[in-house]
Amino acid sequence: MILKSLSLVNFKNYEEAVLEPNSNVNCFIGENGQGKTNVLDAIYYLAFCKSFFNPIDSQNIRHDQSFFVIQGTFVRSKKDENYFCGIKKGQKKQFKRNKKEYEKLSEHIGRIPLVMISPADSFLITDGSESRRKFVDGVIAQFNKSYLDNLLNYQRALSQRNALLKSFAENRNFDADSLAIWNEKLITFGEPIHRERHNFLEEFIPLFQKHYKKITENAENVNLKYSSAMNEKNLQELLEEFLGKDQALRYTTQGIHKDDLTFEIDKYPLKKFGSQGQQKSFVIALKFAQFEFIRLKKGTMPLLLLDDIFDKLDSKRVEAIIEMVSTDDFGQIFITDTNMERIKPILKKIKKAYQLFDVIEGGVQNHE
Amino acid sequence: MDVSSKYLQHAVEEIASLPGIGKKTALRLALHLLKRTKSEVEHFSGSIAQMKEHIQFCQKCGNISDEEKCGICSNPRRDPQVVCVVEDLRDVMAIEATQQFNGLYHVLGGVISPMDGIGPGDLNIASLLSRIEDDKVNEVILALSVTMEGDTTGFYLYKKIHQLGIEVSSIARGVSIGDELQYTDELTLGRSIIQRRPYEQV
Repeated sequence: MILKSLSLVNFKNYEEAVLEPNSNVNCFIGENGQGKTNVLDAIYYLAFCKSFFNPIDSQNIRHDQSFFVIQGTFVRSKKDENYFCGIKKGQKKQFKRNKKEYEKLSEHIGRIPLVMISPADSFLITDGSESRRKFVDGVIAQFNKSYLDNLLNYQRALSQRNALLKSFAENRNFDADSLAIWNEKLITFGEPIHRERHNFLEEFIPLFQKHYKKITENAENVNLKYSSAMNEKNLQELLEEFLGKDQALRYTTQGIHKDDLTFEIDKYPLKKFGSQGQQKSFVIALKFAQFEFIRLKKGTMPLLLLDDIFDKLDSKRVEAIIEMVSTDDFGQIFITDTNMERIKPILKKIKKAYQLFDVIEGGVQNHE
Repeated sequence: MDVSSKYLQHAVEEIASLPGIGKKTALRLALHLLKRTKSEVEHFSGSIAQMKEHIQFCQKCGNISDEEKCGICSNPRRDPQVVCVVEDLRDVMAIEATQQFNGLYHVLGGVISPMDGIGPGDLNIASLLSRIEDDKVNEVILALSVTMEGDTTGFYLYKKIHQLGIEVSSIARGVSIGDELQYTDELTLGRSIIQRRPYEQV
């Protein structure tokens, strides 16, 4: 998939901008606060119907304006597709494909495969396990429709079971039959989720390892593991075994809502023992693996957005990354950077065509 | 809203306390009643008072009734050994309207949902179990909503009733009559395919 043209009106700090990206590598160069990342965010908007950074649509409108419009033309197997995203204050989001409005936004998501890598991704390492489950769920849900249904049903059954445990504690009673019906639901929906996550990671982890090795040129050993109590025992056994604990704590302590991914560097937890650069390399490898997974499963080349990739990485790793993304395993790339002198020599080394853009105060121009 | 009469004001407030009725509609209805004759209005308010006064819940099935036993339970032509379990008395009316069922009903009064504070003890389950033994019921049909709570309630009842050696069935779920397949939602259609039936029985 290739983005052929992009036009913005009143989006963030852009009053009006039109650009025609190269089908290979595109680089947006400018100082802080000029609007480099906003270009990437606009592309992200077209893929996911929302901003990568700010979930409140109206706050992405240029100051003192009442609406914004993002339009993009993509090329999919040699055919043009037009996408239109319009936000007007106080009105429903408008999202159109070839001038026809979507009935549901969920119909659109996944149509434009895209992976964004940004400094904000470090939350995958620093935040709690929920963020990592979300990452995994987000990738699986793109290919497996029943997965999301199971996940929503599981959440509902979980809330019901927790409410029941709470009422047992408050009323000082216990009814095994009432609990059993919710256990049954958790098992019906939870077991397939565990199986899907397991199968997914079986495929995903080797991809991750491969990319990490390439980025760091084998500098360190990293490990990514699926940690779940359900790897050893089934949910039925776990719920029975931990019934006492669940009752004491008044919530369900076992199940796929406690799954996590563990990140290790040389056998130690990455969060505590990895440097900022190592953490960043780890996250980038995760995202590259996601990219490759989507490409393999969907059969179309996703777009890749690299926001501030040079931040915290040494020049060796940056070169390795740029070299990787300019191979045929990757398609159209969008990069932001602040320093023209730094990026130019790196881009000159790659075999693919590239286009530089100057970003100054909400204006984008081809660099001469 | 300011009106010139406190009687009207009271009437408007009472009418507006009904679900789905706001102040403006309440005023319109009150003014409409004001235009009617005195005997008409007495008849109107009297019928509401009488409804509250005389209606009771059937001791057997929990349906609304004018007597201790409802018209369905006391009908000798109906089969007391087949019981259809429903959530709400509106479901009784819906199934009755089909004229396809000749057994008796049992109204649970809701479904199990701990989040809403409803446990098995809050529903008419004990009376169902005792009734099954007393009346020698031989089949229980579960006609509950196809939601997670309806499903779990059904599962709970199944476990309880199955122990007694009684047959438990559930209403069929599938494509609506008159629906075109291509517009049927995926979950329903998927289930219909899995639970397909021999053609002779369709």
